[in-house]
Amino acid sequence: MSRHLGWAATFVGAAMLVASVPVVAQDASMEPAAACTPSDPPLSVIFIPKQVNNPYFDAAATGAQTAADELCGEFSQVGPQNANAAEQVPFITDATTQAPSAIAIAADGPDEVVPSLTAAMEQGVKVVGYDSSPAAGAYDVFVNQVDFSGVGVLLADWACELAPDCTGEIAVLSAAETAPNQNAWIALMTDTLANDAKYANLDLVTTVYGNDDPQDSATQAQGLLQTYPDLKVIVAPTTVGILAAAQVVKQQGSDVKVTGLGFPNDMREYVKDGISPVFGLWSVPDLGYLTYYIASLLVDGTITGAEGETFTVPNLGDYTIGPDSVVTLGPAFRFDASNIDEFNF
Amino acid sequence: MTTIRRLVRWEMLLAILVVALIAVGATVSPVFLSANNFSNLSAALTEVAIMALPMALVIIAGEIDLSVEAMLGLSCAVLGFLWAEGVPLWIGIPTVLIIGALGGALNGLLVTRFMLPSLVVTLGTLALFRGLALVVLGPRGVSRFPEWFTTFGFRNVPGTPIPWPFVIFAILAIVLGFILHRTWAGRHIYAVGRNVEAARYSGVRVDRLKLSLFTLSGVVAALAGVIFTARFASARADAGEGMTLTVVTIVLLGGVNIFGGRGTIPGVVLAFFTLAVLGNVLRLTRVSTEMQSIATGALLILSVVVPMVAQQLKLAIERVRRDRHPPSVGHIAGAEAAGGEEAI
Repeated sequence: MSRHLGWAATFVGAAMLVASVPVVAQDASMEPAAACTPSDPPLSVIFIPKQVNNPYFDAAATGAQTAADELCGEFSQVGPQNANAAEQVPFITDATTQAPSAIAIAADGPDEVVPSLTAAMEQGVKVVGYDSSPAAGAYDVFVNQVDFSGVGVLLADWACELAPDCTGEIAVLSAAETAPNQNAWIALMTDTLANDAKYANLDLVTTVYGNDDPQDSATQAQGLLQTYPDLKVIVAPTTVGILAAAQVVKQQGSDVKVTGLGFPNDMREYVKDGISPVFGLWSVPDLGYLTYYIASLLVDGTITGAEGETFTVPNLGDYTIGPDSVVTLGPAFRFDASNIDEFNF
Repeated sequence: MTTIRRLVRWEMLLAILVVALIAVGATVSPVFLSANNFSNLSAALTEVAIMALPMALVIIAGEIDLSVEAMLGLSCAVLGFLWAEGVPLWIGIPTVLIIGALGGALNGLLVTRFMLPSLVVTLGTLALFRGLALVVLGPRGVSRFPEWFTTFGFRNVPGTPIPWPFVIFAILAIVLGFILHRTWAGRHIYAVGRNVEAARYSGVRVDRLKLSLFTLSGVVAALAGVIFTARFASARADAGEGMTLTVVTIVLLGGVNIFGGRGTIPGVVLAFFTLAVLGNVLRLTRVSTEMQSIATGALLILSVVVPMVAQQLKLAIERVRRDRHPPSVGHIAGAEAAGGEEAI
């Protein structure tokens, strides 16, 4: 009896393993639209977000796919399960091996990705950073989704608006500790709070990290509510964090307000409930669209990433490359009760 | 004899699996067989593989060291801290190796002198070392290491597709393989794993041996921390989080018995290649990361189930053979003894 069982188990296990590879390999690149003619060699861009299964990056991917269809190029997206730089690097090296025209990357950590991105650039692959910047020098162009200092001031403003009389304790719920974009926004927000007399009565008590994981973020939010009973506002500059914080606040029936960066569809009910009367974001699909276009302009040589170069992108307009080869998508957009119903993303 | 035959069979299976995976890889992706790819293949699991070698020795001796990932983190944090304070690397690196030895010795002392189970001790030091790492470096990261250091971590030996860290892995594998399979120290490790009391009464210095193994595990984990820092050009206190599980996976997949007394270094090396090729093939074909976890888990379950099943098979076959060819009169006593043993 055990004889047959043993062989059966071995076969099933081995078959499962072998079968899993081709069956699931579907998840690969999309076909270019039939109507256009692909260039030679074909334009292929691999997107490596901070993590997969994150609605923010999936939204950006839709914009990138639109651009790919317009330009007759290939688009695919791969990335780690967790927003962790050590897990992201193997994806960069494996993407480089496939010799795409360009790689677009939202770095989980600014320094950890430098050796692999530098190696990619040495092999002639164009590197475009988006959302979250690798260290300067490890990319050809970085597409900043929003003007950093603008967001820093806005976050401080919204916290001020939601705290009674612009007074009281506030806390920040961020993404990963290494995340360059969140860290930049938080730094600018802290600067604004410290230097502008208007915010003199706001006290930023702590910053906690939810790693863009819904469970972790919820746990951190609960921790904030328990540790700081006088907390007035939670500022979460991450779409995963702001949703988790709002859910926790609602569950616990707390008076704490929540603001930060979030998707209108996610936050609509909390705007109407008064838990999150104001927050902001930008058009995430546009970020993906712009990133893909910039990749194509780098590949065909229209731009090289040098400061001062200008270019035009259909549907979005004219852009100029700034210092450190940064291009900014545009200003942040404020959502509140007056306009929350107009958006669908 | 039987042990060797069974072990050779497991390593054979692994070798066949690696070849099969390579064949799948070559078919599914045109870039799989490139030199570039071989270089990347081993890179992602380098630190894990390096830590798996002493871990195999520890597990064969009947213990376990769960604290390796935290020692890697502590080593990373101290190295970063020292570098940020201006201490040159040629002082920093030996310092963290010494810290690794001390941490490993702590594990060893608690297990041998205080007779505490290694599972519990190393679970405790897992938390302790990680906590120390966070105290030393805090949440920040240290970067801007010298170029020779980051080149060592990330690049290949000039003219070959072999990454420098892989060279370290190869050297360690050869040395530890030699110790385990060709020296009396290795035989003692197996003896202690099979039956620690019998080993003790046979004159094996069990405590000294275990202390040395834990210390070795600590030093190698610290070395892995140095390599990790070099490879990512960045030192952080949370380095290595989650690695212990992967290290144990490679060791068990390599045919090392979790209860001690069985296992080989070649098996561990083959297991490393299996996981490395599997991960690489799945990434190149853009299979989702969930599937990668499922595949790794399935492999691990197989690695435990198949040897057990193989043993049942062997016993069953021997029973059948004995029934078909009953021993002649002169051997009745011997056959009864053998039959008696089997009944157990």
